[in-house]
Amino acid sequence: MQNIVIFGATSAIAESTARIYAERGDRLFLVARNEQRLNDIVADLQIRGAQSVDYLIQDLGELDQLEVCVAKIKDTFQRLDVVLLAHGTLSDQPACEQSLDLTLTELKTNGLSFISLLTLLANEMEEQRTGSLAIISSVAGDRGRQSNYVYGSAKSLVSTFSQGLRNRLSKQNVQVLTIKPGFVDTPMTAHLPKGALWAKPEQLAEGIVNAIEKKKNVVYLPGFWRYIMLIIKHIPEFVFKRLSL
Amino acid sequence: MSKYTSWGCYPKIDQRGVCLADKRGELPATPESFLPYGNGRSYGDSCLNAEGLVVSSQALNHFISFDPQSGLLVCEAGVKLNEILKLVVPHGWFLPVTPGTKFVTVGGAIANDVHGKNHHLEGTFGCHVKSFELLRSDSQRLLCSRDQNAEYFAATIAGLGLTGMITWAEIQLKRVPNPAIKMENIKYQTLNEFFEISKDSDQDWEYTMAWVDCIASGSRLGRGHFTRGNHAGAHQASPKASSKTLQVPLTPPISLINPLTLKAFNWAYYERQRQHTKSAISHYEPFLYPLDSINDWNRIYGRKGFLQYQCSVPETHSYDAIKELLGRIASAGFGSFLAVLKVFGDKPSPGLLSFPSPGATLALDFPFVEGKTLALFKQLDDVVVEAGGRIYPAKDAHMSAELFQQFYPNWRELEVLRDPKISSSMWRRVTQE
Ligand SMILES: Cc1cc2nc3c(=O)[nH]c(=O)nc-3n(C[C@H](O)[C@H](O)[C@H](O)COP(=O)(O)OP(=O)(O)OC[C@H]3O[C@@H](n4cnc5c(N)ncnc54)[C@H](O)[C@@H]3O)c2cc1C
Ligand SMILES: NC(=O)c1ccc[n+]([C@@H]2O[C@H](COP(=O)([O-])OP(=O)(O)OC[C@H]3O[C@@H](n4cnc5c(N)ncnc54)[C@H](OP(=O)(O)O)[C@@H]3O)[C@@H](O)[C@H]2O)c1
Repeated sequence: MQNIVIFGATSAIAESTARIYAERGDRLFLVARNEQRLNDIVADLQIRGAQSVDYLIQDLGELDQLEVCVAKIKDTFQRLDVVLLAHGTLSDQPACEQSLDLTLTELKTNGLSFISLLTLLANEMEEQRTGSLAIISSVAGDRGRQSNYVYGSAKSLVSTFSQGLRNRLSKQNVQVLTIKPGFVDTPMTAHLPKGALWAKPEQLAEGIVNAIEKKKNVVYLPGFWRYIMLIIKHIPEFVFKRLSL
Repeated sequence: MSKYTSWGCYPKIDQRGVCLADKRGELPATPESFLPYGNGRSYGDSCLNAEGLVVSSQALNHFISFDPQSGLLVCEAGVKLNEILKLVVPHGWFLPVTPGTKFVTVGGAIANDVHGKNHHLEGTFGCHVKSFELLRSDSQRLLCSRDQNAEYFAATIAGLGLTGMITWAEIQLKRVPNPAIKMENIKYQTLNEFFEISKDSDQDWEYTMAWVDCIASGSRLGRGHFTRGNHAGAHQASPKASSKTLQVPLTPPISLINPLTLKAFNWAYYERQRQHTKSAISHYEPFLYPLDSINDWNRIYGRKGFLQYQCSVPETHSYDAIKELLGRIASAGFGSFLAVLKVFGDKPSPGLLSFPSPGATLALDFPFVEGKTLALFKQLDDVVVEAGGRIYPAKDAHMSAELFQQFYPNWRELEVLRDPKISSSMWRRVTQE
């Protein structure tokens, strides 16, 4: 039986992942800000077979609260086996361009909150010398594009930070997994038209659990995004800057 | 590409839609009409609303409570039957009624009042629904059961999504000694034989249906394989489900189902079994859901899509009407792999517009071929009308207003309770004056 902690537990991808662990009879600790929706999820995961489900209501943009938040989790779980960071907002790029406030808020939600949590959690994991930190970044962090560089740069921060952390914690037998989803059909992307490249949250969840088990470092989900991003990353900048991506 | 499609992909509709965020959510306040949408496993246009929106129940996918003692399950309306099975089977419970695919939502199962291979004993899905919440466009939330808001309860079961959005439902599951099925497959030669075996099986076999060779004609007309099964005894070791699923990777430009492949398949399928009767213990999945192991199998019909024709005809006319229907299909030379014949029972459904009624039901898939498919359907409709039968809205994309109103004289009662903001492509088609 494992102790699983999920930040942003109301996310569609996170919830699908939580179900896999619940069905295995694991113990879960969920953190999210929407209390009613979290209650639905807690009841559901209990019915699906979780050994126990604890939770905390917390807006993860309130960075000064995160230390207390991590401490509360440690009161419940002495050992953290899997920690998944899954919260996020798909920034409204044109609106960000007109508002410094909004840009900074987006960077806080998608970037700084991850950095804060990882900073706190890294020390716990380092001490326990075991466990997995699974961090949902995005393919959007692989290259800045005009259509979403605020979100993309926050994810890029998360990817680079977790890469460094992996380098540090590998000596302590702690897995740091950077997850880079492509397009996923979730509430975050409900307003976008869907095509053949789109994956379902259940597919993502399977990929995430699998990558944690296989002790992977970086996964693109679904896997074909590795090749798409390979191409995108290798377009020379003098060409790339002229494209409207 | 829209993600809101019907299973038959005919008619082709580029459907716009939104998701209800959770069970406390509100229905859209747009001026245009909308329609609840489950998992799009309806064949025709009953799950689409070309002139407006659909409201997907996709996010309503939580269990609310499950009592392993009593088998009472409460879940949100977007929960799919496969999820329910995964949860309840290990506790000795089973779905009281299930259609031929487990990828339908609870809301969809109620709105079409679906039936399964055990209709002759258990009736429809709606017979096992104890209560549900109905969300109306004016934000009212009606708790519906046989005692409370009873008229909405009856109108919503088989109500084609028109009375409001079901947010959650309470279902009484069924105790089974074993999820595995002890089954028999009987190869029979004539339509008469089908009805005899069916009659003999009604009492002692929970699940019955037959696959019919719809190419066979003359003295072989109606020949096929009769399949019957019961849940195995408690001590029977259960065979493992195959974890293999196939995927149809893309939609070919033209249908792979044509007279040649059809003839070859039907012949081979009929002849696959040498002996008269074959018995086996089967996992429930291949027995109840033989098609679910091929993902997106509807794509084999090509870009033009396909239609299903499912009708029922009353007991007294069953033999003659089915014979006539099969005759017309065979002489059109234009049938399908999947022709299914079953005799319904007489357990009444609480649903106002429920499709099953005592008698026989025949269901077949046809590729859409310009000028051909609908012409054949017209010929089949004549037989159904003559026999006093009806067509199943969940599978339909062609029924005229005149026929629908004749088949379902209660439709005006549903129209009165219909949510004024809700409509569907089918409803507009079948209620035209
Ligand atoms: C392979 C296959 C085999 C099948 N076998 C059978 C069978 O044996 N017996 C049988 O009866 N049917 C059968 N069907 C048909 C299928 O069971 C029905 O069409 C079913 O209603 C589909 O459910 P869905 O969740 O996909 O709903 P959809 O097809 O999306 O919607 C169906 C109807 O339900 C309404 N609806 C959906 N959700 C809600 C909600 N939350 N509140 C109110 N209304 C709602 C919609 O408005 C629509 O009118 C089969 C279909 C397939 C593809
Ligand atoms: N969907 C995609 O295509 C895609 C692609 C690449 C990466 N991702 C990443 O995948 C992760 C999961 O997203 P998803 O697709 O599952 O979308 P989602 O269902 O919309 O989930 C996002 C979740 O983050 C929560 N959240 C946002 N801000 C928060 C805050 N300040 N405090 C606490 N919770 C907050 C939201 O909670 P509320 O419900 O309370 O708002 C929501 O539950 C995100 O990190 C996202 O960036 C998604």
